Amino acid sequence: MDTDEPLIRARGLEKRFGDFEAVKGIDFDVHRGESFGFLGPNGAGKSSTMRMVGAVSPVTGGELRLFGLDPATDGKAIRARLGVVPQQDQLDEMLNVEDNLVIYGRYFDISYAESRAQARKLLEFVQLEDRATSKIMPLSGGMKRRVTIARSLMNDPEILLLDEPTTGLDPQARHVLWDRLYRLKQQGVTLVLTTHYMDEAEQLCDRLVIMDEGRIVAEGPPAELIRVHSPREVLELRYPAGANAEQGPALEGIGARQEVLPDRVLVYADDGEAALSEVHRRGASPESALVRRSSLEDVFLRLTGRTLVE
Amino acid sequence: MTTASTRPRATNAQRAFPLTAMLLPPALRQAHRPFRILERHWFVGKTSFIWIILGGFFEPFFFLISTDLGFGGLIDDIEVGGTLVPYVEFVAPALLAASAMNGAMYETMNVFFRINFDKTYESMLATPVTVGDVVIGDVLWATLRGAIYSVAFMAVMVAMGMTSSWWGVLMLPGSIVIALAFGGVGLTAATMLRSIEDFEYVPTASLPLFLFSATFFPVSAYGDLGWIVNLSPLYHGVALLRALNLGQLSWGLLGHVAVLLAIAVVGVSVAARRIERTLLT
Amino acid sequence: MTATLPERRSLLGPAVRVFEHHLLVYRRVWKSNVLGSVIRPLLYVLGMGLGVGSLVDDGPRADTALEGLTYFEFFAPAIMATTAMQILTNDALWPIRGGFVWFGTYHNQRATPIDAGDVVTGVLLWHLAKGVLSAGGVAVVLLLFDGTRTAALLPAVVFAAFAGIAYSAPLIAFSASRETDLAYPNIQRFVIVPMFLFSGAFYPIDQLPGWMQTVTRLTPIWHGVELCRGVVHGSLEFVNGAGHLAYLLVWLVVGYVLSRRVFTAKLGV
Repeated sequence: MDTDEPLIRARGLEKRFGDFEAVKGIDFDVHRGESFGFLGPNGAGKSSTMRMVGAVSPVTGGELRLFGLDPATDGKAIRARLGVVPQQDQLDEMLNVEDNLVIYGRYFDISYAESRAQARKLLEFVQLEDRATSKIMPLSGGMKRRVTIARSLMNDPEILLLDEPTTGLDPQARHVLWDRLYRLKQQGVTLVLTTHYMDEAEQLCDRLVIMDEGRIVAEGPPAELIRVHSPREVLELRYPAGANAEQGPALEGIGARQEVLPDRVLVYADDGEAALSEVHRRGASPESALVRRSSLEDVFLRLTGRTLVE
Repeated sequence: MTTASTRPRATNAQRAFPLTAMLLPPALRQAHRPFRILERHWFVGKTSFIWIILGGFFEPFFFLISTDLGFGGLIDDIEVGGTLVPYVEFVAPALLAASAMNGAMYETMNVFFRINFDKTYESMLATPVTVGDVVIGDVLWATLRGAIYSVAFMAVMVAMGMTSSWWGVLMLPGSIVIALAFGGVGLTAATMLRSIEDFEYVPTASLPLFLFSATFFPVSAYGDLGWIVNLSPLYHGVALLRALNLGQLSWGLLGHVAVLLAIAVVGVSVAARRIERTLLT
Repeated sequence: MTATLPERRSLLGPAVRVFEHHLLVYRRVWKSNVLGSVIRPLLYVLGMGLGVGSLVDDGPRADTALEGLTYFEFFAPAIMATTAMQILTNDALWPIRGGFVWFGTYHNQRATPIDAGDVVTGVLLWHLAKGVLSAGGVAVVLLLFDGTRTAALLPAVVFAAFAGIAYSAPLIAFSASRETDLAYPNIQRFVIVPMFLFSGAFYPIDQLPGWMQTVTRLTPIWHGVELCRGVVHGSLEFVNGAGHLAYLLVWLVVGYVLSRRVFTAKLGV
């Protein structure tokens, strides 16, 4: 394989289920060693794309290559080089933690001895070596997630696919997980992940695409996307319930752009504090106000007119 | 991290039997590692295996004792291919066939949970394991369970003096073919169940096979409708084992074997198609 | 509105709520259930009653062994008792565990004014109803045949259902007391199946050796079979019938008391 050729290459990639178009022709490349993200709300087509990339869902249109191979004909060879962390852990509840990994390794034709050794090494990596003989059921959500990540690494994959790796986890468990994923990235594993959390995308992704309704609406490194699509700061104003929409005329002309959401009004400006002073000067004082740096959520709002997490 | 090696290769089946390979649906031709599935089931089942084996012994024991004691004094010897045999000896090989059937059928019912609740298959299919591996592995596992039941059953038959020919040893491969056939049927059935409530239909569907496969009374009791038993897959198993137990060998037995094998292939293929359509969308 | 709930305790009130819950769930599954409780006995009656019957009626002791009944007449009423038993023993295993563990139904009910004892009473009421339904299904089948077409099928349905709960009550106590469901298949294999086979449904128990007859007479299922067979053929004497019923009542009461105790221990008073 040519070293310049991307590990994953999609051109006009489509997925249809009957009449429903989940993915409507998207292009992207993922290069070796890179950490690449799909950001978008539920139903944007992220998971459908991931399943096609994982070679478990037939491509309905366009072109998809992994390692230069076509999933339609070389699915098995592709899957042998992938690690998959599905949205639901799908751990084998009938087996204990270590056996879950050992058996999974066997699916890749790794010998028993090797598989057992690899399982122990990976349980150490995800800091669960003391849980090796535990059943799956009593583990916390974060621990199950770590077992799933260890399982996905059994075959020393070149690409690790993570579908919403931290959805449903508490903040502490998320940070533990991010730390492990960051180490993997340092070891040279290519990460491909989907998320609807902006902080996760900013933490983990070198480059990402924003998806909405089956299409890619923007692409680039997180910082660049923010720089290009949103002013530096955001002023968040909260008015009494139901009064947000009435503020429009009073706020007109403040900042570069405004968004009225059901629970607050966002004012985009390079200088948030200055914008707030102007709001007070006009007598439209809110119940509370907050100035923050603009984030990927603002980019998403800008591009689609909707928030990411409803 | 190191690169896993990838060598796409033709399956053994494709090399050795090009014609068979052509007849098989694609899902089965891709089968590569069915034994990995057996390993997984063994990991899960090894601790409770002893109960399966004990159950395999006691169930036929209860059935045969009950039939022998209860009906022995009430029913005359029955004629099978020109030989008169005591009623319990008439029933025993038929119950052996039913036991192989039930062993395989019950085991494959677990497939419903693997597809719908445990998602066992989904995580397997994310690896180089294919749908063909999964269905063949599951059918082999079910067959293994059926075979264990059969060995236990045959041991009881020998202990109770219900065997009369050394050809009876062939009842073991015979039972394996029966288990294979009903493993295929059970697998397809498991993919058709929509909810746990649907399990209620399974015994209702297998009871007529159990009762009307010349199991408890000879085909002659059906009068002119005797041909009907040929429609029951289990009948072919019953007829096969009954003849083997008495050492009544004939070419016709191969016909029964062929029917059972055909059922196995169709069952496994249909199940593979259905699983593929459910999980690989 | 701040009406306080009346401090009224009726014996069955809360238990009826539990019963209603089962009824609601049953509405989703009644089709497959009714199908099973009509078709399966029909198949048994045809296959065993007529098929094996033709062998027994031609057999060496056809005149004396069955006290003047044909094998079909002998066998068919007994299925009412065995069907109720099979369905209820099954309901007393996994669904009980489901109520505690998988669906948490009992815990939810316990969180309302329903107490642990009410849950047991409600479950048993439901079992009684299912016993009537399943034995009733058999009765419908038996109406098709001359030898068993009689109004006495009605009391037979009641007897079969009663024998059924005499059976399920102690089993409910057992399955509720287990931490896992691993023992359930063994209960079926080593207890229920042998009882079914040696219950006297398939042949008169005097065919069995003496000690086995004694064991059989101790199982509730035999009493259910005798009640159903006797009442359908008008040969049930009052004293015998009362004896059978009293014996079944002992099982029911012991099982009920044990179940209440286990449920209370698990759910709290």
